[in-house]
Amino acid sequence: MADRKPLYLMTPALVWLSLFMVIPCLLILALAFFRRGIYGGIEYDFTFENIALVFDPLYAGIFIKSAIIAGQAALIASVVGYAAAYAIAAMPKSRQPLLLFLAILPFWSNYLVRTYAWIVLLNREGLIVSVARALGYNQELPSLLYTETAVIVGLVYNYLPFVILACYAPLARMNAEITEASRDLGAGGWTTFRRITLPMTVPGIATGFVFVFVLSIGNFVTPALLGGGQFQMIGNLVYAQFLTANDWPFGAALSMALIAIMMGLLTLQTFATERASGGRVRDADG
Amino acid sequence: MTRLTYLFGVTLGAGLAAFAVAAQAENLVVSNWDGYMAPDAIEKFNSATGNTAELVLHATNEEIMGKLIASKGKGYDVVFVSSPFAEILNNLGLAETLDHSKIPNIANLYQDATVLKHDPGNAFSLPYAWGTTGLCYRSDLVAGTPDSWMNLLAPTAELTGKTTMLATDRWLLAAGQLALGQSVNETDQAKLEEVRDLLISAKKTLLAYDDTTFYSKLVTGEAHLVQAWDGWCNYGIGENADIKYVIPKEGSDLWVDTMVILKDSANKEAAYAFVNYILDAENHRWAAENILYKVPNQPAMEGLDASLIEAYPNLAMTPAELLKLEQLRDLGEAQRAYSRIVSEIKAAN
Repeated sequence: MADRKPLYLMTPALVWLSLFMVIPCLLILALAFFRRGIYGGIEYDFTFENIALVFDPLYAGIFIKSAIIAGQAALIASVVGYAAAYAIAAMPKSRQPLLLFLAILPFWSNYLVRTYAWIVLLNREGLIVSVARALGYNQELPSLLYTETAVIVGLVYNYLPFVILACYAPLARMNAEITEASRDLGAGGWTTFRRITLPMTVPGIATGFVFVFVLSIGNFVTPALLGGGQFQMIGNLVYAQFLTANDWPFGAALSMALIAIMMGLLTLQTFATERASGGRVRDADG
Repeated sequence: MTRLTYLFGVTLGAGLAAFAVAAQAENLVVSNWDGYMAPDAIEKFNSATGNTAELVLHATNEEIMGKLIASKGKGYDVVFVSSPFAEILNNLGLAETLDHSKIPNIANLYQDATVLKHDPGNAFSLPYAWGTTGLCYRSDLVAGTPDSWMNLLAPTAELTGKTTMLATDRWLLAAGQLALGQSVNETDQAKLEEVRDLLISAKKTLLAYDDTTFYSKLVTGEAHLVQAWDGWCNYGIGENADIKYVIPKEGSDLWVDTMVILKDSANKEAAYAFVNYILDAENHRWAAENILYKVPNQPAMEGLDASLIEAYPNLAMTPAELLKLEQLRDLGEAQRAYSRIVSEIKAAN
């Protein structure tokens, strides 16, 4: 009896998640197999039409485009975030909490407000252009807003703190003696990083990358605002099905495809993490 | 544990049901867009009639429609929706067939507002506001006077990158449909594809698609010419008198926002009293004066201050002029084709 696990402590969380996440997801899944009523709403005849439509070249193309944008954002965020985390972890221990605090500071303000702030800053009559004009620059500046690049920049900016936090944890946990040992054995700085530090922190990078990718691919605010609505990401398409086209079944089918992609990636990431930490345990044992 | 869950479920269910019944029986529930009627309208109505009305908000037509379809029209008494959605409520059998004897203020409506195509004779809806969709522009920055949808869709070199279009499916397509001389309710696939091709070529010249901040883009000078609803263009005019509104020579749609009483309303007398209260000249005028939309209420419009009409000339548009324009109607099955065309436009490079 004494070593009985306090499983009952999990009950509130499980009830919460099943009531408010699993059941709604199942309802959405079910919706995907019905027909849109002529006036919106749902006709309860079973059909695969909505699922098939997801694979239509038009909509599949939007999935691919979203994945490319999310992939670019995740890649840039991973490189930049890892570098920042590495630098923070290399600082004296006493200064690290403050630096981490600064890194997550943007999270304390509203996402929408931050995005609008970018519009104020970057638009053709915005702050940056006004300053450039005041300094005597009279040429037409390249368009900074309402482009694909603006969307990627916005996504990286918003999700960078996740990567920093995810990469900082394994970097800070690394035993300094291991890198010292590597150097003692004749490896240079770069070799040590490539063969010791990087492999040991892969789980953090994978977590950060997948986080940014998953949050970006479903994002609809940034493409609508920074992208000027000029291209649709999958999140915008889902939004439109539910809120303007009143086509819930198709919206549900799209959401399911999106959830499937995210679950696939999270599974892969868990796998990668397990393998990496499993490897470490074996090394420690051996 | 199972029994506990079961008990919990039953209690929760019963509690929710009791709450829903209580909410239904006590209050007149009115759903409207935020800021679309006077902030004190509900309070004044309550003290004038002894009712206990309550205002709930919806952000879009689709949001309130989703709720009404899911609840089979229960839980709401009066809803404000655009005319195509009023049509749907009627087609679904959720809208009350109006007893005009209970709405004496219906006499305030312009004759033209009682013969609207979506509901001739006001059988199930009462118009609340109406207007047009056209071009809103900075007269000080745009050379000449725009008078055609093609000024927006094939802009001059100076205007390229300085125009915006509405992002909502129906209005986005309407700009192309009107430019090509089509109906704004066209469902022929080949004609929709012509519209698509025109709008894809227009997309390359746009600054952005924008439904909410287009008039502020005009004010800052970020955009010079935008597709806009007349009432929203007025908000721009309010901030910069160089902003002007024009209905292109190819025409505009006529949009109508309406009030609908739900057939299953548990407070029908109060619901009638409420719509009648809104149609009072004084109360209805609030919308024209404060949200700068035309209202289809003759004494309300006639009582408008002349300086307001001078500042916002499109308020002077007559009902007869409005009636010449085609209304957006519900598309039924063709809605999916419209959504697809819009996706094709947005996905094009």
